Amino acid sequence: MCLAVPARIVELEGDMAVVDAMGNRWKAKTTLLPEAKLGDLVLIHAGFAISLVDEEEAKKTWQLLAEIAEFDETPNRVSG
Amino acid sequence: MVQVWPREKKRAVKMGANDRILLAHGGGGQLTDELIRRHILPKLNNESLAELGDSAKLNVTSKSLCFTTDSYVVKPLFFNGGDIGKLAVCGTVNDLAVAGSKPVALTLSLIIEEGFELGLLERILASIGRQARQNNVDIVAGDTKTVEAGAADKIFINTAGIGVKLAGVDLGFEKILAGDKIIINGTIGDHGMTIISQREDIKFQSQLKSDCAGLADLTCRLLENTSGIRFMRDPTRGGLAATLNEISVASTLSIEIREADVPVNPSVQAAADMLGFDVLNIANEGKFAAIVSPDSADDCLKICRNHPLGKRAKIIGEVTKTRDVPVVELITKIGGRRIIQMPYGRELPRIC
Amino acid sequence: MLDRIQKAQSLINAACKKLGRQINIMEVCGTHTVAIFRNGIRSTLPRKLKLLSGPGCPVCVTDQGYIDTVLQLADREDCIITTYGDMVRVPGKDGSLETKRSKASVKVVLSSEDALQLARDNPNKMVVFVAVGFETTAPATAVVVKEAAEANIDNFCILSGHKLVVPAMRALLSGKNNNIDAFLCPGHVSVIIGYGAFAEIVERFARPCVVAGFEPLQIIQGLSEICQQLSAGKPDLKSVYSAAVTERGNTTAQEIIAECFEPADGYWRGLGQIEKSTLKLKDKYSRFDAFRRFDITEVPGEEMSGCRCGEVLCGLIEPAQCSLFEKSCTPRTPIGPCMVSSEGACAAWFKYGRERKSEQ
Repeated sequence: MCLAVPARIVELEGDMAVVDAMGNRWKAKTTLLPEAKLGDLVLIHAGFAISLVDEEEAKKTWQLLAEIAEFDETPNRVSG
Repeated sequence: MVQVWPREKKRAVKMGANDRILLAHGGGGQLTDELIRRHILPKLNNESLAELGDSAKLNVTSKSLCFTTDSYVVKPLFFNGGDIGKLAVCGTVNDLAVAGSKPVALTLSLIIEEGFELGLLERILASIGRQARQNNVDIVAGDTKTVEAGAADKIFINTAGIGVKLAGVDLGFEKILAGDKIIINGTIGDHGMTIISQREDIKFQSQLKSDCAGLADLTCRLLENTSGIRFMRDPTRGGLAATLNEISVASTLSIEIREADVPVNPSVQAAADMLGFDVLNIANEGKFAAIVSPDSADDCLKICRNHPLGKRAKIIGEVTKTRDVPVVELITKIGGRRIIQMPYGRELPRIC
Repeated sequence: MLDRIQKAQSLINAACKKLGRQINIMEVCGTHTVAIFRNGIRSTLPRKLKLLSGPGCPVCVTDQGYIDTVLQLADREDCIITTYGDMVRVPGKDGSLETKRSKASVKVVLSSEDALQLARDNPNKMVVFVAVGFETTAPATAVVVKEAAEANIDNFCILSGHKLVVPAMRALLSGKNNNIDAFLCPGHVSVIIGYGAFAEIVERFARPCVVAGFEPLQIIQGLSEICQQLSAGKPDLKSVYSAAVTERGNTTAQEIIAECFEPADGYWRGLGQIEKSTLKLKDKYSRFDAFRRFDITEVPGEEMSGCRCGEVLCGLIEPAQCSLFEKSCTPRTPIGPCMVSSEGACAAWFKYGRERKSEQ
């Protein structure tokens, strides 16, 4: 019931993180996910990382990530 | 009668960039004169304005004119891709452009809060001057008022504009027919999400950039080289959703667009997803939606894509016959259908 | 991705055809309600498959009394109300947070941390955090309560409206509703509590429970799994959201909830009193409990006359069947929370699905 989106941890100090989602950077806390590391893909909800996200599964799950992945894999494709 | 800045020549008062606007700057005396001559005129200079007459004299031979006005209160004043000044010029230029006219002259009214930094005003004026030149339009008349601290939020700008209707062009809701195609000249949601990213309560770092730009050159090219354009509108406040609904209601026809064909920057989509916003409801400042006849659609698309402001132009949908009430529908990426409603008017970030 | 969606859709069609009867699947998640509408998923499903919107919108199930309490606190000179966006337009007896005159006293926040920071920055005001949400959001509240306690931030308190999903599902099946065939379970609540939490629903009530995320493919895959289970007569517990959900869930988050909160009986709009279904701050943290700080006893508020939000929440009626829907109750003039919250079934129906009335 809650909005949560995948984002990558690009800065991490203690439990204070900066996460990146397609170039947008938000502050987030990893208090609820102590195992999170720099570079991890995590699910962000209300300013907190609540889960690690499997990279392969992410591409299969989130449309936006899938589209980016598809686009990256076919560089010669002209977007109609 | 438009009151243009008075001509009195008085002793010059030197002001630095850190100086602030005083109430007296709007008083019509020495300081006003100083403000105009030293800071405003040099940025906007053109023959008409330099006269500093009580009214601008325009030499317009056409009997078919378009006339519009808009006020600009955006915060923050400066954002990635533009500022309130650029917005003030492009916004009014675009209203004239989508009406099928070539913008000719603009007026500029400033309401400035006491204490506003002169350096910031200069930046805004420089931007206005630049945009006016880029869009081939003159600021021919203006006004400056100052109000007490607290009576306005830093600066409010109003621009009014006159455009000359292009020969043989007659756009209107009544021209729209079922079967007409809908074209957008590029990605949606860029401006609104950029502004949102700098709102105090939501601030986030991003590469988002406002699409603020004057469209007259592109729209004139379209209108001069094709003959099937029925109607155009720029989807500003309320986004594409508001514009399509307005068109649907006014024409009493229905509209169907395809989500997969609506161009959106991934970073704009991601930012909207994070906040729970719908990009269809987010403002644009460098886009137009054009309703065009089916056989002119491809030509329109070609012209757009050959222009810097139309590289990602797309045919996003069609006008359709109304069944019982005019409705705007979206065919979603997965092939489902849903209605696009008129937005409430204020997007609130969702968490739960 | 489209091919996987089409594959799942054909499995749904096949299963429904085999079953032959009407199937009712309840989604207990407001974000699912919105996602289903936004993606036009209903229009791709067979007619005999009906999606019911359950009590999964935390704003919608929040009792009137709670909302009125928030509005009263907003009127106090010494308070700053901090809230997530959705609560802002929920109507109480005397308007909403949006219509409150003193705008300075109401702040929309994206995170509970922002609320706590406001308390640090405004030592002369009491910052009240409107803590609504299910298990997904409760940990975020618990974290700041702990931080406030550790840092001795005395001018901060929370008004807990947090609710628990499984007790509500139990209540739905035990009493009011016999027509729910299966549940599409909330993806992000499951991130926290683990999909294993729904095992009791499968075991006790023999209903398929499938956890899905909020992307259209996820939802369709979830529905496909449910239909196949129903068709085979084998109700089971499954998750299609393997990207983020595990059976055990996020134990750190569960621990922090347990440290700060305890389950308490609570009143749910439309469902009435449900045992051990809400979260109340433990005595250890009572000074951060706005109910105790301000000596408030939550009394169930009066339902607005004619409002059938409760039945909508239970999946007993569709929004269009409420006589106020579209007439006096619209997103601009909402009467009940189901219309106010962008996740509310009525708002979603209004925004995305109104034309279907004319198809019927």
